Amino acid sequence: MSLSDKDRIFTNLYGFQSAGLKAAQARGDWDDTKALLAKGQDAIIEDVKASGLRGRGGAGFPTGMKWSFMPKESKDGRPSFLVINADESEPGSCKDREIMRHDPHKLIEGALVAGFAMRARAAYIYIRGEYIREAEALQAAIDEAYDAGLIGKNACGSGYDYDVFLHRGAGAYICGEETALIESLEGKKGQPRLKPPFPAGAGLYGCPTTVNNVESIAVVPTILRRGPAWFDGFGREKNSGTKLFQISGHVEKPCVVEEEMSIPFRELIERHCGGIRGGWDNLLAVIPGGSSVPLVPAEQIMDTPMDFDGLKELGSGLGTAAVIVMDKSTDIVRAISRISYFYKHESCGQCTPCREGTGWMWRVMKRLETGDADIDEIDMLHTVTKQVEGHTICALGDAAAWPIQGLIRHFRPELERRIAERANTLQEAAE
Amino acid sequence: MPKVTVDGQEIDAPEGATVLQACELAGKEIPRFCYHERLSIAGNCRMCLVEVKPGPPKPQASCALPATEGQEIRTDSEMVRAAREGVMEFLLINHPLDCPICDQGGECDLQDQSMYYGRGATRYHENKRAVTEKYMGPLIKTIMTRCIHCTRCVRFSEEIAGVDEIGALYRGEDMQITTYLEQAAQHELSANVIDLCPVGALTSRPYSFEARPWELKKTLSIDVSDAVGANIRLDSRGREVMRALPRINDDVNEEWLSDKARYQVDGLTRRRLDSVWMRAVSGERAGKLKQASWQDAFDAIVKAARQGGEGSIAAVAGDLVDCETMFAAKRLLAELGSDKLEGRQTGLDYDCSSLAGIAFNSTFAGIETADAILIVGSQVRHEAPLINVRLRKAAKRGAKIFLIGPEWDTTFACEFLGEDAGLLHDLPGHVADAFKDAARPAIIVGPGGLAANALHPALVLASEWNLARDIDGEAWNGFNVIHTAAARMGAVMLGYAQKGGIKDVIDAAPAVLLSLGADSLDYSKFENSLKVYIGHHGDAGAHAADIILPAASYAEKDGTYVNTEGRVQFAEKAVFAPGDAREDWTILRALADAFGVTVGFDSFAQLQSAMIEAVPALGEEGLAPLGKLPKGKKTPKAKGAITYPIADPYLTNPIARASETMQRCSAELVHGEDLLEAAE
Repeated sequence: MSLSDKDRIFTNLYGFQSAGLKAAQARGDWDDTKALLAKGQDAIIEDVKASGLRGRGGAGFPTGMKWSFMPKESKDGRPSFLVINADESEPGSCKDREIMRHDPHKLIEGALVAGFAMRARAAYIYIRGEYIREAEALQAAIDEAYDAGLIGKNACGSGYDYDVFLHRGAGAYICGEETALIESLEGKKGQPRLKPPFPAGAGLYGCPTTVNNVESIAVVPTILRRGPAWFDGFGREKNSGTKLFQISGHVEKPCVVEEEMSIPFRELIERHCGGIRGGWDNLLAVIPGGSSVPLVPAEQIMDTPMDFDGLKELGSGLGTAAVIVMDKSTDIVRAISRISYFYKHESCGQCTPCREGTGWMWRVMKRLETGDADIDEIDMLHTVTKQVEGHTICALGDAAAWPIQGLIRHFRPELERRIAERANTLQEAAE
Repeated sequence: MPKVTVDGQEIDAPEGATVLQACELAGKEIPRFCYHERLSIAGNCRMCLVEVKPGPPKPQASCALPATEGQEIRTDSEMVRAAREGVMEFLLINHPLDCPICDQGGECDLQDQSMYYGRGATRYHENKRAVTEKYMGPLIKTIMTRCIHCTRCVRFSEEIAGVDEIGALYRGEDMQITTYLEQAAQHELSANVIDLCPVGALTSRPYSFEARPWELKKTLSIDVSDAVGANIRLDSRGREVMRALPRINDDVNEEWLSDKARYQVDGLTRRRLDSVWMRAVSGERAGKLKQASWQDAFDAIVKAARQGGEGSIAAVAGDLVDCETMFAAKRLLAELGSDKLEGRQTGLDYDCSSLAGIAFNSTFAGIETADAILIVGSQVRHEAPLINVRLRKAAKRGAKIFLIGPEWDTTFACEFLGEDAGLLHDLPGHVADAFKDAARPAIIVGPGGLAANALHPALVLASEWNLARDIDGEAWNGFNVIHTAAARMGAVMLGYAQKGGIKDVIDAAPAVLLSLGADSLDYSKFENSLKVYIGHHGDAGAHAADIILPAASYAEKDGTYVNTEGRVQFAEKAVFAPGDAREDWTILRALADAFGVTVGFDSFAQLQSAMIEAVPALGEEGLAPLGKLPKGKKTPKAKGAITYPIADPYLTNPIARASETMQRCSAELVHGEDLLEAAE
């Protein structure tokens, strides 16, 4: 079981061909988009629902259902907006980058189709500030699409007016959270908003808004062209479709690859990454979905299907499918400590548990690296993570807590060993 | 009305209520830091967590969650307790715990709530965070290490004050609350953030290290710094008023207090008149004031009055006096055959024949609901800061606001039409249209408008636009006047309003002029009168006086005040007046004895009942019956450029002028002087 070339959605993922409009059209993008739109809004949403597409940004919320929350007509004159989250900042994730620099027209066409389906007036693409070349490529593609009449007034000759704007972020991880992104887009400090109201009711500038990941939007035109059943044919039930996996770390050939959902971990690595560095016996642990999900030790992950539910059963998650592979040369405590530092650095500071807890957790983790702690502090750290998790406005608190919980769950002996070892050295020195 | 259960108790929550409000209705106390009834919901402190079914299996912030039908709320479960203890622990790990040297000690939300939700001992063994102090001006002292980032101050300045003065810098645990570039907070309500701050991060600079809350005697009083009549609480220790704090009264000041009302109280101990002074007639110190006895002073007054003949005595009421003082003086003058009473010291002589014609009829709470407002000659931020807050609310609700007068920095969306009062007779078409279409139109005439003769033209417009109308069975009167003197409405009710204003009193050339704390009066017009100043501060009035009789300030006597709405309010005595100073009415009562006349009262209670008998409205707290809105006269027309009387909003009365804090504010915030410390 693996994805054959004819079933790939992202056919220029590696940039072997031009990213320009002509080449994109040769690959099938913008092919009679007018006909796609002619299916009508509700039919498009139904198709997306039927395809089983789940949001590719990490939470895995069914995309079609999300779109159906948007108002069918504006009762008070407020327009609707589609916001595309291209603030790809999760450590380990790099799929949207590949889409935007090599296949930007997939995204723009998706923006039009999705925006049309949810009756949006315009799409705002919020791109990560560090993605400079990607922003250039995407802007060039947007300009091309405008010039070709594919978007703008009477987009693709469909009679629908639709604009696409590119907005560059300023480098805050939290601005990838949908409501913080909206705040940032409005020119305010990027801090998540309280929900309710949900963006579908009052989002960007108080108007109904849907925020979708780049990948979720970019796959939509292909799903509509090839039919929802085709897309639903991949992967296990409720985990449909193809997915961009981004494998980094201690594999022979790290890569971004489009694969079928639910592909077993071992097959994913063997087929595309040339295996684990030093062989499978050398595998220590895997963070399967970007830095914010708990790690999974080697023996548990090897034959797990890589999808939302398979990884959830292991107490982890698919996240953005950013697979971070760590072999036995990894200082696992230091790795998680570094992740803790990242969350401490990126906390927006709004909610008490996250603001205060991320710093506390990082400081304890820092000491645990060298074993400079009490055995009791492992349990204390665990309760602190529990005090943060689920107590904040957005999920950054959870994201900061989970890696540490994963570490304690699976590598407690290692933590205890370090503490004991340090205590022994001190003992010897004192004698 | 959604039905919810709180800890098993079923209640009907009002429409649109949050879970927190529903819990409070059920009598459950929900701890909170960031939530405040009058500010937008931030939901960031996470202290108000409760368990709600249906919902995700984690605690929810009750302040931000709407109450919906069938919710099952638990405030006492293990999950809730653990969550709150967790949040409290996080709040405390980087809090300095310097309560013994913190001014908030004893009235600190964090201190109180940590008694319920705090752990016995710390588990945090890392270094605590320290944050540099931020300069926020002469009123607000900052100790930012104590800040728990609830953002109440940020939301207050954005939403209530309407200025972007305070904000948060940086993110995560490095987040800091500060004013932009550490400039002083300039807004006239800025010190309210001190009350809002749930911890000791923002405290009162003038009050720093002065007293502990449990040492203070709390007295309910009424502010006299403007004519809003804000409800205040005077906190005193011994003979000194330590601070003034707002009391909650949704009809008047909501929960706010202007900086002047709050900080002028340190003026109560400075430049006080504490003994009797008389100007020497002959000798080495001729023309200079020298100390004297009450008897000598009374003798001199009686002698001068007798020389002047029957009724040759007049009384001018100052801006801060209470109704009882004015009534006592009125009685005395009546016994002496005079009715020369005036309160409008600066020479205004607008028509006082109708109370409704000179009052803030829509009420302060009502003006919030107005949908079109024309302001004629009022710098509202200086003259009545708390009304400005209401105007901002009205504008936020969509009211169209037009102003006539020189431009000032409003905190709401508005349109300045021009400076000339004559515009009233020639309003631009869109303004007139806005008022014709308005459901709840209102006009506000300020002191600048009164001086430019705009009262009657405004009344003409009032009848033209039908400002007094019936809206679904509820009476609406949109005609408003803003006064600046706390004594004004009471004075008018007691007859301190000559037809020709102060000019009538001058023309009468009385032998004796009783000045009841009148400090804005031009005393040079009374060269031949014996000027008797009954007041509490050595200000302009005392300088011009021939005889000074030391009296009590608003903090040192019981008294009735009527605000610009016509709202009768009663203030209590907080402390004793210094030295030889006496409560004003006792001085007038003693003077009556010296004259050998009977005024009909021997005690304050008798005085009050006599006053209430004469003016029954003064006997009942609340809005006085003002009568019907009078018809305006077409002539004379309003004309001339409008000017605002208040040049320096911090120094408008003798108490404020004596206050070191107000002088500091004036120097720094009005005149832009650098802080001395910075220069040294």
